[in-house]
Amino acid sequence: MSSPISGSSFVFDNVYIQSVATTAGIVEYQGPLGHYFDKHYPDHYHHNVSYEQAEIEMLKDALLICLKNGKVKKEEIDFYFGGDLNNQLTACYYYANHLHRPFIGLYSACSTIGLALANASIMIENHNIHKAIACTVSHNATAERQFRYPLEYGIQRKETMTFTATGSVAVYLSNKPSSIRIESITLGKVIDYDQYDANDMGRAMAPAALDTYLQHMKDLKRDGTYYDLILTGDLSHYGKTIMKDLLKEENQKYNEYDDCGCLLYDVTQNVYQGGSGPVCNALVSFGYIYKMMLQGKYKRVLVLATGALLNPVMTNQKLSIPCVCHGYVLEVVV
Amino acid sequence: MNIKKYNEIAEKNKPQKQVLKHTFNAFIVGGIIGMIGEFFLNFYQKIFSFSEKEATPIMLITLILIAAILTGLGIYDRLGDFAGAGSFIPITGFSNAMTSSALEARSEGLVTGIGANIFKLGGAVITFGIVASFIVGGLRYVITYFW
Repeated sequence: MSSPISGSSFVFDNVYIQSVATTAGIVEYQGPLGHYFDKHYPDHYHHNVSYEQAEIEMLKDALLICLKNGKVKKEEIDFYFGGDLNNQLTACYYYANHLHRPFIGLYSACSTIGLALANASIMIENHNIHKAIACTVSHNATAERQFRYPLEYGIQRKETMTFTATGSVAVYLSNKPSSIRIESITLGKVIDYDQYDANDMGRAMAPAALDTYLQHMKDLKRDGTYYDLILTGDLSHYGKTIMKDLLKEENQKYNEYDDCGCLLYDVTQNVYQGGSGPVCNALVSFGYIYKMMLQGKYKRVLVLATGALLNPVMTNQKLSIPCVCHGYVLEVVV
Repeated sequence: MNIKKYNEIAEKNKPQKQVLKHTFNAFIVGGIIGMIGEFFLNFYQKIFSFSEKEATPIMLITLILIAAILTGLGIYDRLGDFAGAGSFIPITGFSNAMTSSALEARSEGLVTGIGANIFKLGGAVITFGIVASFIVGGLRYVITYFW
């Protein structure tokens, strides 16, 4: 039944993952995890007239595959939760009219999937709803356009830059027992560590990841060794080294730690420090880690979905970047 | 953990800037673009018997056209990533800034898309180009008036 909040965390007893679907862009498909994704596209347009419309199509494909795998009709889902990086959550809301069910749009930058899963899980646990889908989508070209420069602009990127992943992920949750469940979640505080560089997200977000990590361990009275794997969202190679140092500084012990931004791409791909974007963490968690858990490689995984809540206008006005991190625990049901 | 301590940890891990490599790339690519310009300048003077003054704008237009086509083909951004200021400072960089903005806005139509956005990046160059030429021109006028 209803799980009371402890600190910023909730523990769940009956939130299960019924099915997942992942669609990925061409660069992600060429990466080391490429063959784990359900669908990929040959180019950035996917036969659409614009990148924005291609993004909508990726979300549509992910949702339809997820519904098909879960053997459920889209009208049977109680609520949809999701978001993307665009202004007004363009990709999500421009497809939501096809779902014929309430769509709850959430913005939490690259940690959107964490927030969507948290919302869906709390409602399912409390029996407010029975079936929910959490989804997210991002497209490299639309994100570049919104947050940085035109795609074809010939400028040298900073060495700390990350590469927004292209793809979409949908996760179907319900209270019917299955092989993997959402065991707990920790919602993060918005943290601002006085970082100003919009081309250095890993550095800006690492303190938020640490904060949610410590909060999670404190709330649930656990330590890092409780988990087989601790996974941060999109800190990238630079952010990962910082995070490792921070964990050492706080005397935290853990079995294995990695970052989704480092796992999604190969070092030979021209992606600077690694992947970022809401779908980066979701693709790795639900494309790769989820399948590894089904195969028995991992039993408990803590995913810390990090997000930089920056706005380019405020960056130009010289304000520092607020960051957030939402954690969720995937556990194999025994 | 306080911000100062955090910045210390972050600075320690920061990836190195490849200043030497980038400077070298910029020098070579910038030089090659200059060489191509020089080639066209001589070419137009030889073939069409233009004077140097007449051949200069035609050479610039040729470079602008080449850069715009390379931008459309998706080559110039890769060159820019490699060469940095080497391909950014010459007039080809300005052409790339305009073409890339126009390409990006193409899906929004001719007027509201391309028309409104083509100077999105290049606008700053034009604005400050005019401001700078006003100041320099004014100074030149004052100086030559007294000398």
